[in-house]
Amino acid sequence: MVVSRTTTESKEPVSSTFGSRYVRTALPKYEIGESSIPKDAAYQIIKDELMLDGNPRLNLASFVTTWMEPECDKLIMDTINKNYVDMDEYPVTTEFQNRCVNMIARLFNAPLGDTQTAMGVGTVGSSEAIMLAGLAFKRNWQNKRKAEGKPYDKPNIVTGANVQVVWEKFARYFEVELKEVKLSEGYYVMDPEKAVEMVDENTICVAAMLGSTLTGEFEDVKRLNDLLVKKNEETGWNTPIHVDAASGGFIAPFIYPELEWDFRLPLVKSINVSGHKYGLVYAGVGWVVWRTQHDLPDELIFHINYLGADQPTFTLNFSKGSSQIIAQYYQFIRLGFEGYKNVMENCRENMLVLKEGLEKTERFNIVSKDVGVPLVAFSLKGQSFHSEFEISEMLRRFGWIVPAYTMPADAQHITVLRVVIREDFSRTLAERLVGDILKVLHELDTLPSKISRKMGAEDFGNVKGKKVEREKLTDVIVGWRKYVMDRKTMNGVC
Amino acid sequence: MVLSHAASDSDISVHSTFASRYVRTSLPRFRMPENSIPKEAAYQIINDELMLDGNPRLNLASFVTTWMEPECDKLIMASINKNYVDMDEYPVTTELQNRCVNMIAHLFNAPLGETETAVGVGTVGSSEAIMLAGLAFKRKWQNKRRAEGKPFDKPNIVTGANVQVCWEKFARYFEVELKEVKLREGYYVMDPEQAVEMVDENTICVAAILGSTLNGEFEDVKLLNDLLVLKKKETGLDVPIHVDAASGGFIAPFIYPELEWDFRLPQVKSINVSGHKYGLVYAGIGWVVWRNKEDLPDELIFHINYLGADQPTFTLNFSKGSSQVIAQYYQLIRLGHEGYRNVMENCRENMIVLREGLEKTGRFNIVSKDEGIPLVAFSLKDNSSHTEFEISEMLRRYGWIVPAYTMPANAEHITVLRVVIREDFSRTLAERLVMDIEKVMHELDVLPSRVIHKISLGELKSEDNGDNMVVTVKKSDIEKPKEINVKKKTDKPVFC
Repeated sequence: MVVSRTTTESKEPVSSTFGSRYVRTALPKYEIGESSIPKDAAYQIIKDELMLDGNPRLNLASFVTTWMEPECDKLIMDTINKNYVDMDEYPVTTEFQNRCVNMIARLFNAPLGDTQTAMGVGTVGSSEAIMLAGLAFKRNWQNKRKAEGKPYDKPNIVTGANVQVVWEKFARYFEVELKEVKLSEGYYVMDPEKAVEMVDENTICVAAMLGSTLTGEFEDVKRLNDLLVKKNEETGWNTPIHVDAASGGFIAPFIYPELEWDFRLPLVKSINVSGHKYGLVYAGVGWVVWRTQHDLPDELIFHINYLGADQPTFTLNFSKGSSQIIAQYYQFIRLGFEGYKNVMENCRENMLVLKEGLEKTERFNIVSKDVGVPLVAFSLKGQSFHSEFEISEMLRRFGWIVPAYTMPADAQHITVLRVVIREDFSRTLAERLVGDILKVLHELDTLPSKISRKMGAEDFGNVKGKKVEREKLTDVIVGWRKYVMDRKTMNGVC
Repeated sequence: MVLSHAASDSDISVHSTFASRYVRTSLPRFRMPENSIPKEAAYQIINDELMLDGNPRLNLASFVTTWMEPECDKLIMASINKNYVDMDEYPVTTELQNRCVNMIAHLFNAPLGETETAVGVGTVGSSEAIMLAGLAFKRKWQNKRRAEGKPFDKPNIVTGANVQVCWEKFARYFEVELKEVKLREGYYVMDPEQAVEMVDENTICVAAILGSTLNGEFEDVKLLNDLLVLKKKETGLDVPIHVDAASGGFIAPFIYPELEWDFRLPQVKSINVSGHKYGLVYAGIGWVVWRNKEDLPDELIFHINYLGADQPTFTLNFSKGSSQVIAQYYQLIRLGHEGYRNVMENCRENMIVLREGLEKTGRFNIVSKDEGIPLVAFSLKDNSSHTEFEISEMLRRYGWIVPAYTMPANAEHITVLRVVIREDFSRTLAERLVMDIEKVMHELDVLPSRVIHKISLGELKSEDNGDNMVVTVKKSDIEKPKEINVKKKTDKPVFC
């Protein structure tokens, strides 16, 4: 099919892959090799190296979907060579995106007529979605200030310190000041009252999170809205809200339908959600929807024609694959409202199983709440000779990837472990995880304690929250080990 | 494996797919349906609708790869559920990205020591790559101006009017002024002399394209470099160059190795290339490399730990698939220099076959050059009776997608058709395309002529011309085409 001559003339195809020359010589790593190698050798070499990656389904750190039905995998492979941006060439794919946008906008109660088209776009993830939403707010605010004849060179945005890194990126790359509401021990989300206090005339929007990355909690968007409505009446600034529903957007409508967080609240002007989290699609798709056309300034939209016909575009990325958009549409029609509700309820039940299993060990404090993203965030109870980071490391040996991390300012002394419950984390796996955590605790109890200092305020907050300093073992440790060894019957060899 | 109850209780699985209830009722388009449907039905419904999309391999408008070897498809599917950004969880995938960055930096002759690691990153495409490079230039320039105590609120960037839309996006979204060097008839790339004239103290960089989207031409980066070096000597202004090698970056090193356009030129500080164009990977991967560490300000790099370990990140996107990075690495080791050279030489040969076939018809002017991206851009010698847009439309009937478009300012009166030669566009297909174009020309010749006026961007003109009403049709507008009436060739009524 392809006319290229890609292999050198030699008897290579005769040798079996593992015996072939190519697997004996080391591959160049910093420069492209001079010659080609047969495709089976290339395939095998890469596949073998990739065996040493973690298993995505055991990666309990991530919210991002790691399993889809085989039928959907087939659709994905069939469309892997479609460049999404060629709207004129692939009109059906483009229409699928539009249908998804409309379905999501209505899921979020956007004030639309029955056949009115929604305002929104598919993106590569919530990062791009948030940057687009932020850009729209910034431009709207600048235009408003210009019309009022006021300075518009110092825009700022108010968020909680628990926001995902993309807001900090947005602030830094697009030159907007980030005003963070600090957390406190026991309160790990943005406090609406403090947030509204921080709002001033330069605030382009307040960003609330539906599903904090740290503990899965939903922020009280309704309260924020009500307080901000009052403040807007007093000041006339008309400050809007953006809801970062990256995780929560596909959870709340299905299992907490009475919770008001979306366009039902008048100040909410745009919402983003990750299709690849609880939208149940593989990594690579996010969505942003605006309340109405006016919330998206027309000057940000580009029209191009070099691919042959007029195409309006408002995204940061241009060429990208179409597979995830088609997969998202597949999930919407395959599952429907009923299906998503079932999946989310299952996740919540498995989350409770895990939480109860951990509580029974009596070694942990549960930091996450029941209402929110189905995840369990927990930390060690009381004074401990070991840290959550050690538990995380030891769980790796069993195959589990459970991250440990420190809270941002002002709660940097708190370290938590976090397990995210996705669709493919079944009840059996939850019970097995509890069993393995118990094993790890046993082992740690017999180990001498590594004197670990919890992160202090003089460190960089949530930057470099990795392994803390390990000081040399002292005689105390040796004595402790002997003490423990005398009490336990098992040998203290790990 | 999954505990979800996804299908409602009924014996749907007994019915065969096409006879099942679901294919008889229409699917909701604006609102999520209430109930689930069986997965086979969902698959079939979507598969059927997608049949009406164009065939990606016949999409001759696009530079983006549409075919890869089955072994690579297997690797792609196996890693489809790996979220690229989880660097700690997938260390091998992360290392494959680093190896690709190093290989590409070396391909572009970055001045690196034997074991020095290159500075660069994988992105979702050249758009993201260009925005990151632009951000780095903007921040560096701002820091320099601040240190000099000069104003830094009016940055600008100098490019040709032929740049791809992402530069305009960058300028608009990141509030940098775009100073475009206008084109003219017969000269469709950025003129280095005019560019250097436009440079001032607020210029953060000059962007050159290696492989213009419009006609595939390589801009003369060497001349631009030499003129900027001269300007530095005269005025002290040190203006860096960014090379947008989205298409050309994987062509020039293999078939034009003596062409100096990359880090061999001292003013070039960063280069972007699309892995998904001539890097021969499916859509969704681009690369940007910087000359060295100093060209990427440290304050733009973020360190996060909420996934469990310290991760430095400088991209606009966060979560995304890993498949394309792995596919790029596959191509780099599978093909090597030799393989890429063979592929690019094949593409050039097929391009020449197509070009000669079109020249033989005697009806077209070839606007593209032989050196550059393997594509053929051509316009009608005589477009008084028919336009390139009509040819484009009629070719669709044969299955070919060949775009027609107008040049940007100041050559908007020129319309071209463009065919991009990719790896999977064989010689046989080239010959078939020529035949089909000839057929289309025959058909158009017997059709009465329609729109007569040349198209000028943004304007609709109508003229009274004796017994004809001649109205321009702007194909690049989303408005409905205005009613067209035609020159009466015969007494028969004519339809568009």
